[in-house]
Amino acid sequence: MNRKWLLGLILVLLGLPGALAQQSRLDVVKGRGRLVCGVNAVLPGFGFLDQKTGKYTGFDVEFCRAVAAALFGDPDKVDYVPLDARVRFQAVQNGEVDVAFRNTTVTANRDGALGVDFLPVTFYDGQGVMVKKGRANSLRELQDATFCTTQGTTNEKNITDYIRTQRWRGAKVLTFEDGAKVMNAFLQGRCDAFTADKSQLVGYRATAPRPEELIILKETISKEPLAGFVRENDSRWRDALSWIVYATIQAEEYGITQKNLDQFLKSEVPEIRRFLGLEGTLGQDLGLPRDFVVRVIRAVGNYGEIYDRFFGAKSPFYIPRTGTLNALQRYGGLMYSPPFR
Amino acid sequence: MPRPRDLLVQGLVLGLVAWGLFLLLAEARSRMAAQGIPFSFAFLSQEAGFSLSEGLTYAPGEGLRPFYPSDTYLQALLAGFLNTLKVALLGILLATVLGLLVAAGRLSANPLARGLAMGYVESIRNTPLLLQLFVWYFAVLLKLPPWEKALSWGGIILSQRGLVLPQVGLGGGALGLALGLLAWFPLRQRPRWAWGALALGLLMGWALFGPPLVLSAPEKGAFGTRGGLLLSPEFAALLLGLIVYTAAFIAEVFRGAILAVPKGQWEAAYALGLEGRDAFRLIVLPQAVRIAVPPLANQYLNLAKNTSLGVAVGYPDLFSVYSTVANQSGRSLEAILLVMAVYLTLSLGISAAVNTYNRRVALRWRL
Repeated sequence: MNRKWLLGLILVLLGLPGALAQQSRLDVVKGRGRLVCGVNAVLPGFGFLDQKTGKYTGFDVEFCRAVAAALFGDPDKVDYVPLDARVRFQAVQNGEVDVAFRNTTVTANRDGALGVDFLPVTFYDGQGVMVKKGRANSLRELQDATFCTTQGTTNEKNITDYIRTQRWRGAKVLTFEDGAKVMNAFLQGRCDAFTADKSQLVGYRATAPRPEELIILKETISKEPLAGFVRENDSRWRDALSWIVYATIQAEEYGITQKNLDQFLKSEVPEIRRFLGLEGTLGQDLGLPRDFVVRVIRAVGNYGEIYDRFFGAKSPFYIPRTGTLNALQRYGGLMYSPPFR
Repeated sequence: MPRPRDLLVQGLVLGLVAWGLFLLLAEARSRMAAQGIPFSFAFLSQEAGFSLSEGLTYAPGEGLRPFYPSDTYLQALLAGFLNTLKVALLGILLATVLGLLVAAGRLSANPLARGLAMGYVESIRNTPLLLQLFVWYFAVLLKLPPWEKALSWGGIILSQRGLVLPQVGLGGGALGLALGLLAWFPLRQRPRWAWGALALGLLMGWALFGPPLVLSAPEKGAFGTRGGLLLSPEFAALLLGLIVYTAAFIAEVFRGAILAVPKGQWEAAYALGLEGRDAFRLIVLPQAVRIAVPPLANQYLNLAKNTSLGVAVGYPDLFSVYSTVANQSGRSLEAILLVMAVYLTLSLGISAAVNTYNRRVALRWRL
C-alpha cells in the first residue's frame, strides 16, 4: 500500500510537465462545451449580476454570449466568473477564465508586461470625475479633494498622474476593491469625487438613490479604449475571438440585424454570402463553425443593437453614440471591421 | 540512532518533495517565460506611479517620509508593511487590554457585568470579521458628520474624514526632561529625591528652552486639514474591528487561564491571610499568565495576519499594496513570494517575542 502510493507520487511528479503542455484554448473550450468568461459583476451597463434574475447582464456580457453562440450555437453556454479589477489579469494568465470581457483598457504596459493579449476594442471611453452637485463645477476646483477610485485600474494611475502634473499638494487618492464600494464611500461623503471611465460613472449614477444630485464633470482626463483579453501567445484562440467581435461590427456596417438576418441569408451578393458563411471557408479557417456569424447575429445582434440595448436612449445608462468614437467609422467614429474576405 | 533503512526512506521522501517543488517552480518559470513575463525581481526598483492614501516609507537620505507616486514599487511595499505593522502592534496592545477587561467582566460577581461581557464575547466571536469591518467602516465611521459639519473640541476635529488630533511634538524643554530621566533610570531603588531631580530637570529645561511638548493644532480647510495628526477612518475601522474581534478571543483565553489555576491556590492564599485582591494579584494572576501566554500568542498571530483584510475598507496595508503592485507590474508571483516572506517574518517575530516572555514567566523546575 505504502509503496504503491509512493510509486504513484513519483509517476505524477515525473509526468507533471508533460500533462501541463500547451494546447490552444480554442480546443479546450470546444472540448468542454462551455465558455468560461470573466466579467464585472458590479458595473451596471457593462457587467452586472442582476439580483432579481440572478443573471449576468451588460454590454461586456453580450460578447461572452456572442462567443458561446459562435462556438456552440447557444449563447447561454457560458459560465461567468466575476473578476475584480485587481485579479482580472491573473485570472486570464492562469487560465482560470478563457477570456475576460471586463471593461478593461488596452495599454502598452498591460500588453507588454502582464502576459495578456487584447482583442479588438469594443468601447471607446475616457476617464471622468463625478461629484455631488454644488461641490465643484470643474476639475480645477478639486485641488484639495479626496478622489476615490478602484484599485488596480488605469483610473488609479491616471488620476495620480493628473494630480502630479497639476502639482496639487492637497489632493488625495483613496482606493477600494471594487466600484460598488467606491460608490458607497463616495455617496456617504468619504470622498469629494469618484473618478472612473465616464461610461462607468453614468452606470453608477443611474443606480444612486438620487441621480439628479450627482454631476459628471465635462473634462476627460484620459483615453480608455476597452477591450476583451486572452492569455498571451495563443493566436488561434485570439484570432477566433477577434473575428467574432469584428463580426458584430461588420454586421452593422452591412445593416444586418437580428430581424432582417433571414432576408440577408437569401442574398446574392458574394461579399454578404461569404460573410454569412454561405460561401467560402472563412469560419473553418478560423477554427470556428462555417456559419458562426449567423449564430452570433441571431443570438446578440450587431454591434449597434448591442450598444442600444445597454446604452441606448431607452436605457437607464443612456450614453449618446452619435458623433462619438463609438459610432461607425462611416459616421465619424472609430468602429470599423477589417474585411471578411 | 535511527536505522540506516529509516534514514534512506526519509532521505528519499525529502528528495521527492524537493524534486516536486523544483519541478513546479521550473514549470511556472518556463510557462511565464512563454507568456513573455520572465521571473525577475527587477521590477521592484521601477517607479510605482500610483498613490497611497496614507503611509510612510523610507527614502535614502530622507529617512521616513510620506510615500510619493514617484517612489519605487519596493518603497510602496515598504509603506504597506509599515501600515500593517502600525495596525498589528497597536491592535495587539489594545486588544490585550480590552480582553483583560472583558475577562474580568465575565468572572465578575456582578450579574450585569457578567451578562454584558458574555453577550459581547458570544456575538463578536460568532460573526465573521470581514462583516464586522464593513459595519465599522460603512455603518459607523462613515456615518459621522461630513467634513463641513465636523465636530471640533479644542484642537480635535472629528468627521467622516477621520479624527484629527493636535500633533504633539517634542519641544526644547524635552531636553531637560531627557537629562532628568538619564539621571533617574539607572537607579534601581528610587529614593524620593530622584523624583525631585526629575521634576527639577523638567522645570529647568522648561525655563531655559520652553515647553517640553508642543501642540500644533490642525487648521480646517475647505476639503481637508493642514497640520495635525490624522487618523483616517480606514485605519480606525481596521484597528477597531481587529481589537474588538480579537479581544473577544483574548478574553476567553484569560478567563480560561484564571479558572485553570487550581482552587487550592486560592485557598492556600486565604490560609496565609491574604485578602481577595491580593490573593488574586500575588498568587493567582502570575500562575494564570503562565497558562495564558501560549494561546495568547495564537491570537496575536491571528490579529497580525488579519490586518490583510484592510483592503476591504480601503486601508493600504501590505496585502492591499501588493495587489496594486502585482496588478500594475504583472509580477504577481514574485510579489506574492516577497509578501509571504514578509508576513512569515512578522509572524515569527511576534512568536519569538511571546516565546521570550513565556520563558521568563514559565515555571523553572529545579531538580
